[in-house]
Amino acid sequence: MLRGGVIMDVVNPEQAKVAEDAGAVAVMALERVPSDIRRDGGVARMSDPQMIQEIQATVTIPVMAKARIGHFAEAQILQALDVDYIDESEVLTPADEDNHIDKWGFTVPFVCGATNLGEALRRIGEGACLIRSKGEAGTGNVVEAVRHLRTINAQMRRLTSADEAEIYRLAKDLQAPLPLVLEVAATGSLPVPMFCAGGISTPADASLVMQLGAQAVFVGSGIFKSEDPDRMARAIVEATTHYQDPSVVAKVSTGLGAAMRGAELASLEQRLAERGW
Amino acid sequence: MVAAPLGVLALQGDVREHVAVLAGLDVEVVAVRTADQLRSVRGLVIPGGESTTIARLLETSGMRTPLAERLRDGLPVLGTCAGLILLSRSVVDGRDDQWSFATIDVDVRRNGFGRQIASFETVVRVEGVGEVPGVFIRAPKIESWSERVTVLATHDHGTGPTPVLVRQGAAWGCSFHPELTDSSAIHELFLASL
Repeated sequence: MLRGGVIMDVVNPEQAKVAEDAGAVAVMALERVPSDIRRDGGVARMSDPQMIQEIQATVTIPVMAKARIGHFAEAQILQALDVDYIDESEVLTPADEDNHIDKWGFTVPFVCGATNLGEALRRIGEGACLIRSKGEAGTGNVVEAVRHLRTINAQMRRLTSADEAEIYRLAKDLQAPLPLVLEVAATGSLPVPMFCAGGISTPADASLVMQLGAQAVFVGSGIFKSEDPDRMARAIVEATTHYQDPSVVAKVSTGLGAAMRGAELASLEQRLAERGW
Repeated sequence: MVAAPLGVLALQGDVREHVAVLAGLDVEVVAVRTADQLRSVRGLVIPGGESTTIARLLETSGMRTPLAERLRDGLPVLGTCAGLILLSRSVVDGRDDQWSFATIDVDVRRNGFGRQIASFETVVRVEGVGEVPGVFIRAPKIESWSERVTVLATHDHGTGPTPVLVRQGAAWGCSFHPELTDSSAIHELFLASL
């Protein structure tokens, strides 16, 4: 049960322990945090199973791991390792530029990224149990996460005000499965929980995206690339719970040390959020 | 006189689902995030979530001690999944520093039915109620309990019947997630006891 919680990227058992101690609801086991993947380049793949198992043995909270987009064999391995969730992630180098993993063929739940409602519903159609807005991973810049959350919310609102004839046209525009479009039109929300990821690096960022409708927060580079990871982790956990109470967010933001340095979007050579189809 | 509201501990987990079930039963509900809010409630639901996370947030929000006191004074409480872990007398195989309120004399094993992938849905027979849907997600397993605990439902997951719904005085503990189904039977049972 991840709602209202923070899922933290970790690259070794020591970081996993820091995350659990700070109150993370889950950890994402990966070889390099997104900002290092950006810096180092090369092909980014599923993590070494040994590292995943060491982290599973270290913490009592759920352990997630990433598979490349379309790389169902990596996902099969992760399922065999008993990971609690698989993130089919644009942060890794895609393995298939046309097809995502057919997630219905798995028993482990999948989380997938989305930049808009159509993408979210396509992933849900393929069997994703959780959607996270993508943001732009590894930048420490929350602007894309905000854009994606606002886009998904606005597109959902548009569906709820459409008349019956317009729905078909909107489904076509969204390139999304009609039954799911009809469901969103009727309920005004996604049929699965919506979390937020990509660029969250301060308690204020966490509060912002929670207020924009995220039900939980993924923090990648933002914790272990900050000056005092332990404190930053605790502060983001508290800000995610008390996001409606600015006095608590102010208190935990005080004297935190430097957040990760971050990057302007215009300076990026590669937009990870553009991966996924 | 206006009755005091019922609280749902709203630090992390299935808060909105519990609030929705209770609101559907025409109960006045408050989401509890502070010690002040805790003072005002006549009963409390502790939702499913991550017990380590909720425990840590109880400390940082200054609610651990006031809640322990209210539980000692007999505050009616329903703990589901992680909530049951927090009400238990001890946690088997948890973190070394994992604490719990020791409100119900049960020893629980975290993820006792397996990891996420081993989650399952079944039908649970509750004494005096009948069949209710049981959603078990990384559910805690009650491994031992004292004679002060009344077992209201069990589930046999291949290793013999295990209690999955228990009561000790005003405190109720449930291994599964009654808030994730259409049935409000468990909530009604708790409300009837108030």
